[in-house]
Amino acid sequence: MANPSAVCNGHLHHHQKQNNLLKSGISKKNGIAKGIKKNGVSNGSLSKKAFIEHFEQAPMYVAVLTFVGFGVGTIFGYLRDFMRAWGLEKRNIATEREQQKDFVPLYQDFENFYTRNLYMRLRDNWNRPICSVPGPQFDLMERVTDDYNWTFRFTGRTIKNVINMGSYNYLGFAETDANALKTVAKELQKYGTGVCSSRQEMGTLDKHVELEQLVARFLGVEDAMVFGMGFATNSMNIPALVGKGCLILSDELNHTSLVLGARLSGATIRIFKHNNMQSLESLLRDAIIYGQPRSRRAWRKIIILVEGIYSMEGSIVRLPEIVSLKRKYKAYLYLDEAHSIGAVGATGRGVVEYFGMNPDDVDVLMGTFTKSFGAAGGYIAGKKDLVDFLRTHSHSAVYATSMCPPVAQQIIRAMKCLMGLDGTTQGLQRVQKLGKNTRYFRRRLHEMGFIVYGNDDSPVVPLLLYMPGKIGAFARRMLEKNIGVVVVGFPATPIAESRARFCVSAAHTREMLDTVLNALDELGDFLQLKYSRYSKAAHPELYEETRCEFED
Amino acid sequence: SLQEKEELIEEWQPEPLVPPVSKDHPALNYNIVSGPPTHKITVNGKECINFASFNFLGLLDNEKVKNAAQASLKKYGVGTCGPRGFYGTFDVHLELEERLAKFMRTEEAIIYSYGFATIASAIPAYSKRGDIVFVDEAACFAIQKGLQASRSNIKLFKHNDMAHLERLLKEQEAEDQKNPRKARVTRRFIVVEGLYMNTGDVCPLPELIKLKYKYKVRIFLEESLSFGVLGEHGRGITEHFGINIDDIDLISANMENSLASTGGFCCGRSFVIDHQRLSGQGYCFSASLPPLLAAAAMEALNIMEDNPGIFRTLQEKCKRIHTALQGISGLKVVGESFSPALHLQLEESCGSRENDVKLLKRVVDYCMNNGIALTQACYLEKEEKCLPPPSIRVVVTVEQTEQELDKAASLIKEAAQSVLN
Repeated sequence: MANPSAVCNGHLHHHQKQNNLLKSGISKKNGIAKGIKKNGVSNGSLSKKAFIEHFEQAPMYVAVLTFVGFGVGTIFGYLRDFMRAWGLEKRNIATEREQQKDFVPLYQDFENFYTRNLYMRLRDNWNRPICSVPGPQFDLMERVTDDYNWTFRFTGRTIKNVINMGSYNYLGFAETDANALKTVAKELQKYGTGVCSSRQEMGTLDKHVELEQLVARFLGVEDAMVFGMGFATNSMNIPALVGKGCLILSDELNHTSLVLGARLSGATIRIFKHNNMQSLESLLRDAIIYGQPRSRRAWRKIIILVEGIYSMEGSIVRLPEIVSLKRKYKAYLYLDEAHSIGAVGATGRGVVEYFGMNPDDVDVLMGTFTKSFGAAGGYIAGKKDLVDFLRTHSHSAVYATSMCPPVAQQIIRAMKCLMGLDGTTQGLQRVQKLGKNTRYFRRRLHEMGFIVYGNDDSPVVPLLLYMPGKIGAFARRMLEKNIGVVVVGFPATPIAESRARFCVSAAHTREMLDTVLNALDELGDFLQLKYSRYSKAAHPELYEETRCEFED
Repeated sequence: SLQEKEELIEEWQPEPLVPPVSKDHPALNYNIVSGPPTHKITVNGKECINFASFNFLGLLDNEKVKNAAQASLKKYGVGTCGPRGFYGTFDVHLELEERLAKFMRTEEAIIYSYGFATIASAIPAYSKRGDIVFVDEAACFAIQKGLQASRSNIKLFKHNDMAHLERLLKEQEAEDQKNPRKARVTRRFIVVEGLYMNTGDVCPLPELIKLKYKYKVRIFLEESLSFGVLGEHGRGITEHFGINIDDIDLISANMENSLASTGGFCCGRSFVIDHQRLSGQGYCFSASLPPLLAAAAMEALNIMEDNPGIFRTLQEKCKRIHTALQGISGLKVVGESFSPALHLQLEESCGSRENDVKLLKRVVDYCMNNGIALTQACYLEKEEKCLPPPSIRVVVTVEQTEQELDKAASLIKEAAQSVLN
């Protein structure tokens, strides 16, 4: 069935989307050329580099055990609820006031079933407070629970130098080096911490103008506008760009901020399968041919919402193909580079540079400063008309306060470092270090036999755990080994695909990565997490270092 | 057929992505402030006294606040690099939440990293499709967006008109009699602001509390402008009216006005607030507040607690300018006498909103050329549910001296004389 000879020039290539877990194995592919033709509308000549993504499916027994695990959890949940309702067990959650007991209940019991019974068991793995800078290592505050995660108390001790594999610190700009933060401290002293006014009223400072010009220069576009919060950038600007009578085509796995922005705009939303170009093309064709659902009038405009790197999958958007589709069908493209700006591309300019494309091909370039720049806030960049329109019509410009100056200064200094304007090559070195770390980490994980999703070049590395019991065990044992990891389950991921997500940083040294990898190796054997059937251990003869390049 | 389909695809022309914006749109020629927007502000190169930034307690320039922020910068850097769930919770966040809860005398508080997102995420966390929300007409835009995201049934009542609200509640009661099963699961909320940003007056909270218990509706109070302004110790409108804070289900405020920081918080009982930690979208899916801003907010809280006298001073200054601005021909003052954010509206409109806006701009320019920085209240004309008339915003801060207040009042009088007559 699963034919391990589906190999191209010695490099094993599984190019399969995960559909449902019960299909075991991957379907046969006779080499890469067919694979690319199947998923790409245009020829592969637009992307000269090997686009290798992995979405291996787990063996059947894993799927079965996962559902069994959830089933057991649910049964116990009902049992506990029953005992609580009959007073046999203590109720630990806060309850409504006496005076308001006859009001309509604020929460439906069923809505919170999952929270009360399954999430509570694992609650200690999230919201872990830290008390140092979120660099490659941090100090965690020790907290214990006396009543099975209903309440926590701090012992007062800190666990020092925990390796940080969870914070979005891709280029290592979350640092406290006094030299590096010199300008930020100066601006903080000069400007203070607040602005107290919106952009259109009295809130546009010279710092904002400086920052916007720098961002536009960095990305190679005409103009840019910055906002105080990355989430709000999406939710407040998409409604300004599209409205009723427009069509939004959004990827299945888009972030909540994009979904919220799309909903608030009032436009019709259609979802296409993750990174699947045929799905997108068929939606585009249907939209143009059949028009709006009831009136059959033509759509006013069609906008495609995608992200640069998807944070739960680690996959990179297929930009060349989307751009060619958008040109053919005259749609607009909105690219959210929250995770990819600074993290991919030869000089850190994001997915546009990664694919060697022109920033003018993307109509709206959006990104955040929280991840690679170690600050807060978001930006939208593009043609001058677009940015002028947003200056006048964006909800954020009129009603929300602008970015505070010290944060703006942090972004300015990080960007100048990346662009080399501060006279050093530190920026370029960080980007290259990140690339090296990413490739090394992913390669070693594949070799060890874990199922890891995503593109080989993305610094977001999701490692699949599947079973609910393993989520808690994995996170707790890694903490015992002094490594802080992030585990995610339902509802951020499909219910049967819980994962641990690592964020590789340019600040991680080779020793730190090795420590983590050794710990993962041990833990993988102990918890039996090495599900991959295509690892080096299983088929050593298939692994060679040659890579495929396609010319078409 | 395939041929026809291809033709349709060829022919279809979309609208341009953005409609063109004319060069002299007022918002494009915005004011650029050089340097910090403190009491003395340099706008477009001119030095003026700041009557436009919501820096009510003058904490934007405070040395202690800046030092606290500097210390935090040295320890934590700038950004938090993660949402609260994934190692983005710092001890400063936990401390600030505790301090805010203690200050407001509630059980718990939760912090957001952006003021607009606070109420816009809090409302959809509780009110879903099928629930009913009674909201004042003059509610600010953030509340409107929160309501839109929640997809609940919205019932607007006239601004501060308790009779209208009671009528709506009675109608709803009658509906409930018809369908008691549905009524048992439909949640009801009233959303009001403490001090309204669009009109400068307060909501009649004692009457609202009576309505709450009579009709079994929960109250969400938005206190962005009244936190740190009203009440003996600055605790907001509940202290101003002497109401037990447990009677209000949720109080939401932003830290961008009185606390001169960035971000927002919600406070209330744990039963209510804890729910947002898993279902508040702006909390779970967004990076947490940078620690230096949290440290600044904490220090500002300390200052508020140590000098309760500033609230009285602020209220006196508000009263002073309120009386000084009465009697200007052509402009009327809109707002309570103790509100630090007043509006000056045209007594008689010229006919179109555009012309009104242009006229007010001339008044503002006159004042700016003579050393007083003012601004017009900006709205998104097409998006607001109930668009307020154009107005000039006058903001009173604790740092303005009495001469400056008098100067501002006389300057506005002069400007109105020369422009409107």
